[in-house]
Amino acid sequence: MMRLPWFKYHAPRSVAEAAHILAAEGGDAMLIAGGTDLLPNMKRRQQTPATLVSLRQVEGLKRIANGKGLTLGAGLTLSEVVAAPQVREKYRGLWQAAAQVASPHLRNMGTLGGNLCLDTRCLYYNQNEDWRRAIDFCMKRDGQTCWVATRSKRCLAVSSTDTAPALISLGAKVRLISAEGERDLALNELYCNDGIDYLARRPDEILTEVMLPDLAGWKSTYWKLRRRGSFDFPLLGVAAAVRTAPDGTVEEARIVLGAVSSHPLLTEAGQLLVGGKLTDEAIAAVGKKAGAVAKPMDNADLDLYWRKDVVPEFIAYALRELRGDDMSETRMRVTRQLL
Amino acid sequence: MGITATVPGKVHITLKVNGEEMEVSFAPYKTLLEVLREDLGLTGTKHGCELGECGACAVLVDGAPLLSCLTLAIECEGRAIETIEGLANGPELHPLQEAFADLGGSQCGYCTPGAIMTAKALLDNEPEPSSQRIKEAMAGNLCRCTGYQQIVESVEKAAGCCRHAERVKA
Amino acid sequence: MNAKKKLEVVGKSRRRVDARAKVTGLARFADDLTLPRMLHCKLLRSPHPHAIIEAIDVDKARAYPGVHLVLTGKDFPVPFGIMPVAQDEYPLAPERVRYVGDPVAAVIARDEKTAEEALELIQVTYRPLPTIASPQEGLEQPETRIHDYGEQGNIHRNQSYEFGDVEAALAASDHVFEDVFFYEGNNHMAMEQQASLAHIEGDGKLTLSSSTQNPHYLHRQMARALQMPASQIRVIACQNGGGFGGKCDPAGHEIVVSKAALMLGRPVKICLTRQEVFYQHRGRHPILMKFRTGVSKDGKLTAVHLQTLLDGGAYGSHGPASTFYSGVLTPVTYELPRFKFEACRVFTNKPACGPKRGHGTPQPRFGQEVQLDKIAAKLGLDPAEMRLNMVTQADSLTANWLKIGSNGLAECIRQVVERSGWKDKHGKLPEGRGIGIACSTYMSGAGVSIYWNKMPHSGVQLLLDRSGQVTVMCGATEVGQGSDDVLAAIVAEVLGIDTSVVRCVTGDTGLTPVDLGSYSSRVTVMMGNAAMEAAGRVHELITAAAAEQLDTLPEQVVMSQGRVFAADNPNHGMSFVEAVVLAETKFGTLGAVGNYSPPKQPGKYKGSGVGPSPAYSFSACVVETEVDRATGMVHIPKIWVAHDIGRAINAVHARGQVIGGVYMGLSEALMEEQAFRRLPPKLSAALVHRIPSMLEYKTLTALDMPDVEVMLVEDPDPNCPFGAKEAGQGPLLPVMPAVANAIWDAVGVRIDEVPITPDKILRALVLKREGKTPRIGPESFPEVPYPESVFVLPPGEGGDGNESKNVSRPSAQSSQSSHSRMEVTAS
Repeated sequence: MMRLPWFKYHAPRSVAEAAHILAAEGGDAMLIAGGTDLLPNMKRRQQTPATLVSLRQVEGLKRIANGKGLTLGAGLTLSEVVAAPQVREKYRGLWQAAAQVASPHLRNMGTLGGNLCLDTRCLYYNQNEDWRRAIDFCMKRDGQTCWVATRSKRCLAVSSTDTAPALISLGAKVRLISAEGERDLALNELYCNDGIDYLARRPDEILTEVMLPDLAGWKSTYWKLRRRGSFDFPLLGVAAAVRTAPDGTVEEARIVLGAVSSHPLLTEAGQLLVGGKLTDEAIAAVGKKAGAVAKPMDNADLDLYWRKDVVPEFIAYALRELRGDDMSETRMRVTRQLL
Repeated sequence: MGITATVPGKVHITLKVNGEEMEVSFAPYKTLLEVLREDLGLTGTKHGCELGECGACAVLVDGAPLLSCLTLAIECEGRAIETIEGLANGPELHPLQEAFADLGGSQCGYCTPGAIMTAKALLDNEPEPSSQRIKEAMAGNLCRCTGYQQIVESVEKAAGCCRHAERVKA
Repeated sequence: MNAKKKLEVVGKSRRRVDARAKVTGLARFADDLTLPRMLHCKLLRSPHPHAIIEAIDVDKARAYPGVHLVLTGKDFPVPFGIMPVAQDEYPLAPERVRYVGDPVAAVIARDEKTAEEALELIQVTYRPLPTIASPQEGLEQPETRIHDYGEQGNIHRNQSYEFGDVEAALAASDHVFEDVFFYEGNNHMAMEQQASLAHIEGDGKLTLSSSTQNPHYLHRQMARALQMPASQIRVIACQNGGGFGGKCDPAGHEIVVSKAALMLGRPVKICLTRQEVFYQHRGRHPILMKFRTGVSKDGKLTAVHLQTLLDGGAYGSHGPASTFYSGVLTPVTYELPRFKFEACRVFTNKPACGPKRGHGTPQPRFGQEVQLDKIAAKLGLDPAEMRLNMVTQADSLTANWLKIGSNGLAECIRQVVERSGWKDKHGKLPEGRGIGIACSTYMSGAGVSIYWNKMPHSGVQLLLDRSGQVTVMCGATEVGQGSDDVLAAIVAEVLGIDTSVVRCVTGDTGLTPVDLGSYSSRVTVMMGNAAMEAAGRVHELITAAAAEQLDTLPEQVVMSQGRVFAADNPNHGMSFVEAVVLAETKFGTLGAVGNYSPPKQPGKYKGSGVGPSPAYSFSACVVETEVDRATGMVHIPKIWVAHDIGRAINAVHARGQVIGGVYMGLSEALMEEQAFRRLPPKLSAALVHRIPSMLEYKTLTALDMPDVEVMLVEDPDPNCPFGAKEAGQGPLLPVMPAVANAIWDAVGVRIDEVPITPDKILRALVLKREGKTPRIGPESFPEVPYPESVFVLPPGEGGDGNESKNVSRPSAQSSQSSHSRMEVTAS
């Protein structure tokens, strides 16, 4: 049986208390919510925090608040996010993304905040310690080289969160609270294109909630590429959100790609749609433009060139769904369930 | 503040497993899986990866199927834990156990406890799941023997039996 | 059994005898066992793919609090291995490591965590050696040798057989097709990780409880490696959480914990992590294959020249057998007058390959079935019809002298064709949708034991007493396939009782008669026949005693449904228990043994021991596919499979075995691969398993599995108990080629390698659009220094099953000789 390393454990009851502990413990402390990302990493010694600060009993992190938009507590499990009618009805892209994270059990455990802060992933990194020793480790942990591209100056581990691309396409913000105060950040600004320093969140900050704007007039969707209908992290996530006029003219559009970079990739391609309709030609043009910026690497499942080749197709699935095409057959084939 | 734990040292808590309160001392790094199997002797819950990649260790915590290999036991105080050992009512098997036994839902039996507990949570919440819904709910339980078909058939049959039992009770 | 009755147990759908334990969590797998004072073992494994161990310093680990013992290679001077000709493994590597993961030291401590911490304190000095990552490299680099035994360089096994003059037959054929295929290796990935618990009993003897499919072979190898009498060792095969061949080899860790228990006098347990299971491996060999196949214009095979190149990994394992199996069953499926088979297994610096479900057969099955599809397309024949026209016949001999008994393949083909609507679909579905067919054969037990002997392959002992209880003992091992249920069912059928009356004691070398193990689909036939014999003997005793009471002849006594009565007067009788009391009164303590040895086989040439079986099962499979032309992604809506099982002992579980085989075949077809990664050589010497985890080693989930419609073809085989043949392995074999053939029907591209991933399909679709050959697969087959063939005349050409040493074969010198056929016929 794989064993966790020793750690100190705190179970605060409030955000303030948790923030205080984090501040006091310094950089060796980590937050644990669902544990589905951190605990495997700890068992493999990819992450070895001296102290765990549990968010399980912290009050207020499971809040769902309707206001002008929707506020979701970061401690909601992904299953709870999926079950929230407001999410399903008004923020379909998020609903679809959350419903496709990992497996049913892991969604019962993993939280929204945890999925947003998910450690970047790489087949040279997500391995047991003795495996990593056999390659003399890698830049992300204990080593010098990025084995994905040995001349790379930065770590190329992949952003593998499903909910972040969806939430960025929906214009979400997140709240970060520390002992020093709190700040709100556009979700897109939470991420950096670096496999090691992939979060702008400081180690002493707690991501407490996700704030979604009122999106009347918008439609959104999320398409995920993975080998199997369950378990797998995305090899590509396409989150798209568009606001259209009653005649179908696109007024605003955001297309965000997941799992093709070290951060969720908010593309410029959505701009191509504005002012026109979601025609096949427009969709193809967007696919081509967005596909060009996707940079899958040889550090995840399946052939990297193929993963790049299918980006336009997946963007097309998303945009055709937003146009109102019946995509259920394709959805069934790709996702193995209707969403 | 709730429980804290220091290095090295054990925590001492009470777990509620299959309706029984059980006192147990363990090192804080232990997962619920390890405590169930090693400290409480409940070896019905299995392990296939210990990394959340197979579903063999699934148990119910407050009614929801979770992976005990990624659940810190220290975080389970006060929560209702259900394992395969608590499913039968005395000598009488749960309809899911009957169906898995009769329809070939269990071959080597290793994924069976996790699969049955996962199915129980499904039927508790959705008494009439379609076969597609069953597959969705069981998609986190790998099985290498059955090809899943007889597992799905077993859950379907058990659902029918549970509904029948409900009607008889009513 | 003289008084005939209808079958009451066999053939019915029944709850299997071990089901209750499994659904209640009471089934005890090896890692579920604990004993007082038990210690835990962890292994230190090599980070180098190939290196000399120059020094090991274990002092710090030994001194670590909670550590009881540290073992290294020095503690295990004797090598072991399941095959007598390949005993090349040590429980802990003494001087050389041959793959990343090769165990070099063991720590035994109060708990796993302490053991793990102490492993970090062991210092090993390695001197790295050049590495070999593929058989091609192994052929090119005879030095540095991974082992100092084998044929030459890094070739472990190298062989060639020719049954009739194949070049002559090819030259005389209307068409000759040449194709190269590759089948990637893959792992069993049984859900249970191997665990073993060793302890010393009160009488001083060693007991090992383990996840093993073959307690008997393990028993022998433990005696060897531990250098102690086998009589002092007891091996108990626990419930196995799946086997699929992965628990066939005796494993180093089993010997390590045994040694530790002997030295410490305390129970010692180990449980491998999932990564370690991938290192222990013994999975499907990666095989490169070349088929040269001669065909007549009406689509009949004239000859096949098959060459295989196996990537063996770092150790012998079952390799000598695997090498044979990469070809020997090829002539059993379709009529094949002549057959030449060359095979070569090369050592590489990767975990050892071995037997996985279908052992060596799925790879050439894939090659031949895909090639047949190409042949049918070329000749304008219906692939199903073509196959139906050339199936082998019942009670026939193959070119390589295998004796086929019952043969339901034609019926299997007819049924899948009918049920799948083949005739309305093949070549007729809209672009993007397709349907493919493939067939296969598998053995119901290997005709020869892994070590040479003339003793029975399976023994069964029955014990009854006045309480009416029936205990049946057999060394056969439950791996999930339902062998305990088969055993109970056969005894129950013969004695006219319910399976719930029967207590099975199995897989325990201390208590049960020898059975060779759960491999080669041998258990139903071999254990079943032994059980028939034992139960028949008890039946004789009971009916003789009851006949006196019933005032009739023993032949007239019927045992049925828990009663014993006269055939002509069913109301006049007694309970089973009463009859047992009469028998014990008359004969004394009741018991009987039965045993089974496979029939002698007609092949007499050296090497003819691999391939023969008391009976062969046959399967046919149709797969429907939908291929997305923009992405190459494949969707499989449905699979139809017909399996000639002879007779199903338990209908619900026979169906389960078939669906399970189809599942694993589909999973292999689409995604499973034990793949390795070599880092840039200028920067690193690393050669590592790419993905030793259940997350990244992909297998189908419930959502990915299509509906499978199963048809069991029941044509009882006279060599088998109640006619029952195997079901555990055969139905896997046709799935992979049927998928490939269905993809061809859907979009007109050939994927000549497994797994068939969407990137390959898309690449082939691009080739097709560009007007190039729409095929993805290996481009060529390397020069392999195969030895000169052992030449054996096929049965149809006047052979006697021996090697023909003095046959003149001009074609051996000139492969294009057009006269050779006549000359061979003349000889």
